[in-house]
Amino acid sequence: MKQHEDVHTLAAAYALNALAADERDAFAAHLGDCEACRLEAAEFEATAARLAAAAAQPPPAAMKERVMSSVDGVRQLPPRLSATTTPVRPRGPLRRQAAAFAIAAAVAAAASFGGLAAWQYQQGERARDQAAQAEERLRDISAVLTADDARTVRGRTTNGATTTIVASRAHDMAVLTASGLPAPASGAVYQLWLDHDGTMLPAGFLHGDGAVLVEGDTSDASAVGLTLEPAGGSEEPTTTPLLLMPMPG
Amino acid sequence: MEQVAHGDKDAFSTLYDHLAPLVFGVVSRVVRDRAQSEEVAQEVMLEVWRQAARYRPEVGKVTTWVATIAHRRAVDRVRSAQAAADREHAQAVRDRSRPFDDVVERVETRLESEQVRRCLRGLTELQRQAVTLSYYRGLTYREVAETLRAPLPTIKTRMRDGLIRLRDCMGVTT
Repeated sequence: MKQHEDVHTLAAAYALNALAADERDAFAAHLGDCEACRLEAAEFEATAARLAAAAAQPPPAAMKERVMSSVDGVRQLPPRLSATTTPVRPRGPLRRQAAAFAIAAAVAAAASFGGLAAWQYQQGERARDQAAQAEERLRDISAVLTADDARTVRGRTTNGATTTIVASRAHDMAVLTASGLPAPASGAVYQLWLDHDGTMLPAGFLHGDGAVLVEGDTSDASAVGLTLEPAGGSEEPTTTPLLLMPMPG
Repeated sequence: MEQVAHGDKDAFSTLYDHLAPLVFGVVSRVVRDRAQSEEVAQEVMLEVWRQAARYRPEVGKVTTWVATIAHRRAVDRVRSAQAAADREHAQAVRDRSRPFDDVVERVETRLESEQVRRCLRGLTELQRQAVTLSYYRGLTYREVAETLRAPLPTIKTRMRDGLIRLRDCMGVTT
């Protein structure tokens, strides 16, 4: 409940571009799942546009010439087709439970990334790149979850979230999913770590529930860790791990 | 817009005449430096040309779409300049914090639209400052809170209340 209220107050700051980059991205991702937030953010953006219009002033005359002469060198983008995701079909003999889990996780990931892409495509180049990256991540995640050699380990964080690591040696990648993860305190992020012979190396971030690719060299790592770190992350863990689970063997 | 999406330069020329004042105006407000504002505004207009086919009328008006692109570009320009000089930035926030009353006043007197001016006057002091400092100065809500020496949650709430009141006062629909 509390979190929902917080998120709602952010729609205004989002429309005013008053969020820091990481918060902006997190909120944009949230918009994919929240119809009410999307509507409110759209209304606020329209309101902000009136503030922009009120500030209108004549541009320098030379600007038009420059824009019009540059136009020839700028290729127009084709219209974006509606967001579709290739259905993920497990190949080979996966254990039934693992297969069911893999499909559920892939569908959940597809839904959230698909929603993100669908909402953001009006938001300019940055969003386009993000969507492309999200699609790439989704492909990788699907590849791991449906790999013939996928191995699974389950765990629980000390703050109550359930986690699963699915690793594939063939793909040399691992996916971590979390569910029931509390929102971090303002200014903090969940950072992942890979244990290489006792040295914890940064392995990316977890922005909440869902599936993420573990970054870095997963094949030689013995365990995956999770800590809370100041926004932007740390070079090495600075707080007590919330989770330390062995890599699936 | 559809003609622009099909590469019609004459249509784009007309669209430019409609939108360039809005784009240049909002970018100048945030970026302030005239040469840089011109550069950013130019990029925004080329972005409109580039992305014309991706504009979706069902999501909102062209002006909203373009204003969103323009404001974000302007803010990105200001923030990347800030990131390049963190210490300077901290100093800038302190500098900007002093004359914030002037800022709000100056912004309002220079606003073209009578309606927007009137609706801004209908906000509480804190709502108005939260909205104008973030939108016209490109401050994050943290910087706004620091500038106004107000707690973060208060600023978030005032931004939202303020926008709701503006939205209703101006009769905004998407």
